[in-house]
Amino acid sequence: MFEGYLQIAIFVVVLVAAVKPLGIYLARVFAAERVFLTPVLGPIERGAYRLLRVGPEAEGQDWKQYARSLVVFSLLFWILLYLILRTQGIQPFNPEGFHSGPWDLSFNTTSSFITNTNWQYYGGETTLTFFAQMAGLAVQNFVSAAVGIAVLAALIRGIVSRSGKSLGNFWQDITRILLYVLLPIAIVGALFLVSQGVVQNLGDATVIHTLAGGTQILAQGPVASQEVIKELGTNGGGFFNVNSAYPFENPSGLTNFVEMLLILVIPAALTYTYGRMVGSQRQGWAIFAAMFALFIAGVVVVYIAEQHGTPAQHAAGLHTTAFHGSTGGNLEGKEQRFGIAGTSLWTAVTTVTSCGAVNGAFESLTGIGGAVPFTNLGFSEVVFGGVGTGLYSMLLYVILAVFIGGLMVGRTPEYLGKKIGAREIKLVSLGVLLTPLAVLLSAGAASATELGRRSLYAGINPTGFSENLYAYLSQANNNGSAWAGYTGFVQPHAPGNVGAYGITFANLLGGVVMVTARFAPILFVLAVAGALAGKKVSPAGLGTMRTDNPTFVFLLVGIVILVGALTFFPAILLGPISNGLGGSLYR
Amino acid sequence: MTRGLREDLRTGLIAIVAMTIVLGVLYPLAITGIAQVAFPGPADGSKVSVGGKVVGSHLIGQEFEGKAWFHSRPSATGYSGNVTYFGNAGPNSTEAREEIREELAAYVKLNKPYDHSLTRADVPVDAVTQSASGVDPDISEANARIQAHRVAAVRRLPLARVEELIDQNTDGRSLGVLGEPGVNVLELNIAIDREAPLR
Repeated sequence: MFEGYLQIAIFVVVLVAAVKPLGIYLARVFAAERVFLTPVLGPIERGAYRLLRVGPEAEGQDWKQYARSLVVFSLLFWILLYLILRTQGIQPFNPEGFHSGPWDLSFNTTSSFITNTNWQYYGGETTLTFFAQMAGLAVQNFVSAAVGIAVLAALIRGIVSRSGKSLGNFWQDITRILLYVLLPIAIVGALFLVSQGVVQNLGDATVIHTLAGGTQILAQGPVASQEVIKELGTNGGGFFNVNSAYPFENPSGLTNFVEMLLILVIPAALTYTYGRMVGSQRQGWAIFAAMFALFIAGVVVVYIAEQHGTPAQHAAGLHTTAFHGSTGGNLEGKEQRFGIAGTSLWTAVTTVTSCGAVNGAFESLTGIGGAVPFTNLGFSEVVFGGVGTGLYSMLLYVILAVFIGGLMVGRTPEYLGKKIGAREIKLVSLGVLLTPLAVLLSAGAASATELGRRSLYAGINPTGFSENLYAYLSQANNNGSAWAGYTGFVQPHAPGNVGAYGITFANLLGGVVMVTARFAPILFVLAVAGALAGKKVSPAGLGTMRTDNPTFVFLLVGIVILVGALTFFPAILLGPISNGLGGSLYR
Repeated sequence: MTRGLREDLRTGLIAIVAMTIVLGVLYPLAITGIAQVAFPGPADGSKVSVGGKVVGSHLIGQEFEGKAWFHSRPSATGYSGNVTYFGNAGPNSTEAREEIREELAAYVKLNKPYDHSLTRADVPVDAVTQSASGVDPDISEANARIQAHRVAAVRRLPLARVEELIDQNTDGRSLGVLGEPGVNVLELNIAIDREAPLR
């Protein structure tokens, strides 16, 4: 396992090294300051403002105005994406001649990509035109990510602001985030990925007469341009059904490493941005430390568990110990070139963030290894989390921790000099509890009724329960990874399923859950930002509880675990943990 | 000045059209154009040819049967390159136990006549478990070394030569540390077939 831990260590070192430079860059972008790309992009930015009719010194918006712009923008894009998915038959860039799927599937997919979830009840290469992938889905990979980051910027401005109610300007924020952050990294990253073997073309599927005399059809497409933003924007929706396990999305150990870095680098760097904007780097590092501790714990658990192998493999007489020239461990649903370590690390990276891209089959994870994605999602995606969304959700937990800490020491809670009042705590509690509530209600409805059963692959046993719970855990947290046996759509060309059909219950419930659990918390976060904006700052005194020391990090980690564990531990116990500890086999 | 709903709708409409054009059409087409010029081979799927005829992709595995070839890993999709899905064999599934048991027996039965000391305990995990992509191009080095005895005997090649070809067609860890080494089955079989063609 030495080589495995070495790879994990290298990943962590590179990630931490990127936090400060990228964090500073992001802070400058948020503050509309000059950056090294300004000479190139400045004219384009000014042109964009003229086009959008936003003033050059864009007027500030209070939280309600900011929220209205965000909701209008997202709603319009929802309609456009739905239309794109419904009109596949008349689109260009459609070499395979695909038509649209059922309407309920389009509803689910539209809701999924608008909300940065990228839950996929479809297989990309068997159902979608290149046009729908590029102009529909990949656009949302950029835009939904920018919206998440913009909400964070607005929240930080609210926390910092000492006078006035302005949270910044929504249109200016998304323009700058797209132009200065997401697009430049995507262009460089896409070309790098192509150079390593990720395909990028608009051609027909290639028919190949194989070496042994068979036939193999290789689907093609504009993959690299979508792959890079799928990771960078913590979206996760694969061009191909098997996502980043497919060699044309992720061809080598190096691309695997780079793609993991793309997933985690913005969420990690934003903690530094935060410290810089509130005027104390220690505040940023404290939040980073809490996230980092929970992340590393998950990586180690999943790696050890996967290296052990599964009860089914041991019962079959397979020896899962590693030896020279063999990875050992549970290689079911994993690729040889990534091995156990490369897949374990990815599994943790993609579930602490709200990415949800996978490079192996989650449903084939060991019981205890599989409990890690469950737990990470149970933490409501605050351990790094999605771009922007992770940190703004974590800041709600920070305020909650300040409140609970304040109760313990018997002082009025305050954060960065601002008194936390009843209104703030009510909004924070709603923001923190809404996502778990959505998970439990929807997963409960799907488990307890016949309606959810049609989507199950594994049947009525702990793995089947996991499929069901994880489907709603993933959609409500806008993650998008899956216990992939669970389905809302039977593929048109899959063996034995010529007529495609949607499973309407799963598609509609999932779509509603994704939209609710994305936009309701955003509104609560903006309302918190509005409540904090312009509040008087009192100087720190002797009795002020510090929020930048190890004690506070410990408190914060404890509260994240407490909320996540109390809410989900009983359910996780019934699924992966009973698989892992019980060791019984099920049909 | 505060902006009303009407202004938001107007700005929003312009924004979604402009962003769809820039991010959804210009960006992917520009990347496609640059990639086709700068990296034509990888951009079109890293195809591998024998005698001027394309026989596959370096990155996409193929199915091989019979005693004369190195075999790829088990696949849920039959090495499909246009319909991909996971096998989703659960950790506690009796079905998965039966599949692995059968794969193990078949692997030992196929290779033991040529590698007499082979037991189930020697079989590396990649040889009997389904990959994630269904088209894993690689097998482990241990898997290749076991199969080398069979391929060498059937093709009447010295074992040492076959092992040399395995080494030549092994992709090491990226930059020496990242990922796992893997033997590229298609490339290895091409090399073997060139050295000692069937019939």
